[in-house]
Amino acid sequence: MLASTADYELELRGETLVVLPNGDWNIDQAEHLDGRLAGDVAALTYRHVDYDMAGLEDLDTAGAYLLARAIRYGVVPAESWDVVSKSPGHKTLMSAATSAVLGQEAERPRQWYDTFAKLGKATIRFWNELIETLAFIGQFFVVLMKVIVSPKRLRWKAIVNLIESVGLDAAPIVMVLSFFIGAVIAYMGANLLAAFGASVFMVDLVGFAVLRELAVIITAILLAGRSDSAFTASIGSMKMRQEIDAMKVMGLDTFEVLVIPRAIACVIAMPILTFLAMMSGLAGGLLVAWTTADISPILFFNRLNTAVGVENLWVGLVKTPFFGLIIAVIGCRQGLAVTGSVESLGQRTTTAVVQAIFAVIFVNAMFAILFYQMGV
Amino acid sequence: MSSPSVSDTSAPPMRAVGIKTQFGPNIIHENLDFTVHQGEIVGLVGGSGTGKSVLMNTMLGLKEPEGGYVEYFGQNRNKLTPDARRAINNQMGVLFQGGALFSSLTVRENVMMPMRENTNLSPKLMRELADMKIHMVGLPPESALLYPSDLSGGMKKRAGLARALALDPKLLFLDEPTAGLDPVGANAFDELILGLREAMNLTVLMVTHDLDSLYLICDRIAVLVDKHIPIADSLTAVCQYNHPWVQEYFGGPRSRAAIGASEAAAVRQKG
Repeated sequence: MLASTADYELELRGETLVVLPNGDWNIDQAEHLDGRLAGDVAALTYRHVDYDMAGLEDLDTAGAYLLARAIRYGVVPAESWDVVSKSPGHKTLMSAATSAVLGQEAERPRQWYDTFAKLGKATIRFWNELIETLAFIGQFFVVLMKVIVSPKRLRWKAIVNLIESVGLDAAPIVMVLSFFIGAVIAYMGANLLAAFGASVFMVDLVGFAVLRELAVIITAILLAGRSDSAFTASIGSMKMRQEIDAMKVMGLDTFEVLVIPRAIACVIAMPILTFLAMMSGLAGGLLVAWTTADISPILFFNRLNTAVGVENLWVGLVKTPFFGLIIAVIGCRQGLAVTGSVESLGQRTTTAVVQAIFAVIFVNAMFAILFYQMGV
Repeated sequence: MSSPSVSDTSAPPMRAVGIKTQFGPNIIHENLDFTVHQGEIVGLVGGSGTGKSVLMNTMLGLKEPEGGYVEYFGQNRNKLTPDARRAINNQMGVLFQGGALFSSLTVRENVMMPMRENTNLSPKLMRELADMKIHMVGLPPESALLYPSDLSGGMKKRAGLARALALDPKLLFLDEPTAGLDPVGANAFDELILGLREAMNLTVLMVTHDLDSLYLICDRIAVLVDKHIPIADSLTAVCQYNHPWVQEYFGGPRSRAAIGASEAAAVRQKG
């Protein structure tokens, strides 16, 4: 069904312009009426506008807004207007339309120097973020010292709960991932080393790669993605619902209640998870070595013992508490930085994960340099 | 996109027939009949947990009832084609309790959103119409560029109302419109609803606990007790209705104070 169209007639009687709209003056017709009336009256001179609504079938705010243009778009704006209509609603609607004050234009178009302005803002933001994170870490250690001095302030129940959600619940996925990584490393070794007839060295490859680096990094990245986002989102939504404010008013230290338990949980869970990841990574390597290169499990472990040794396990594990701490602190810091809007919650969660992964890889590189210098 | 259903003005804009709502074993509404007539402001009252908001969601179409049906402009909702349903949905505006503004958009973009989705207006005209709506609900022009997080509670409600009015709805749903507003703001909001009703030929259904709003602007009051609406009538008729909850609600000290205030206001207007 085609909707009936809206139209109008204009009559100039002396200094009075009579507008006779007819049909449906509503939002559906607005696009085709837009600009027409304003164009038609632009050349006319009048001081008063009369609206004769007799032929009108429907009028809504959009229609009234367009009709009201007759007042403003003449050669000089009209001084007065009136409505002749049976319906009192028409007049109310017209006065709402004529008195409408428009807000300013939306944001200006893009300028050529916007890129530089953005770069500058990003630099400042990066710098502030760095300082705030360092300040947060400082505050964290101050509170940690206080808690260590009086350990009964530790919230063990919360810590155990968090270890379950951060550690135990993540164990299956960490182990499966690490298993595949171990297997892939073994396949790579099998292909490359078979050319030299040195297939047995694939045990060294799997051992070094998994124990020293890969299991640790995989676990840390998974923890950053999985638990950091959870920390930021939960603390952030607590902040949005004023729970943090309520804690402060009650005299609770938000660091002690929220940050310390999460940090301790991560510091405890991270080495355990990493150990599990190492074991399943080795298992993946062992399986591939056994099936592709005919290296029996006994030979595998022998070779592992003599060539790789247990010290590589310790080299891997010693890094993990630091990673756990970094991940927890970054997650909590971003959560506490959430402001009132939903937008900032999403933004902070993203920032937390990105920062945590960046920090983990950066610190891992520092450790690599350190261990190289130490000759480990 | 004018639909034949909407032009049928003789039928009531909204009617609920034999509504039954059930959550598991809990029956919330049973045999609930309720009609909203053209051009009136109906207040829906009821104790906490009687399912006022559930009823409103059912009337809105956010929830399907377990029994019975809802009619818009004389047409059964379940028998509408998707296109007709969409056309009718555009005839309804809702103000949710917290405003429910989209937090990533400015106030102006919030008001433009329904227009952008449902009309083919030029961006410039949409912006002007949005600004007009923002002006109509009594917000200053500067607020058009603010984000919802920058607004106070009362401003959020006004902005939410501006968005609800974006497509000039025939039916307006208000969920606790004056809750959380100070008395001055609540009064102004009531006046605003009255003015908009006259200007835009609105039919309004409001869930409210604000006795002042009930007395000042509602033409009829629907009372939700005992899982249905036994009475939906003018204030005086409802006050005389013989039900313990109704008597307690309208006979309490707060209610008497509000009646006194509204009578005083009526006297002032005459004099």
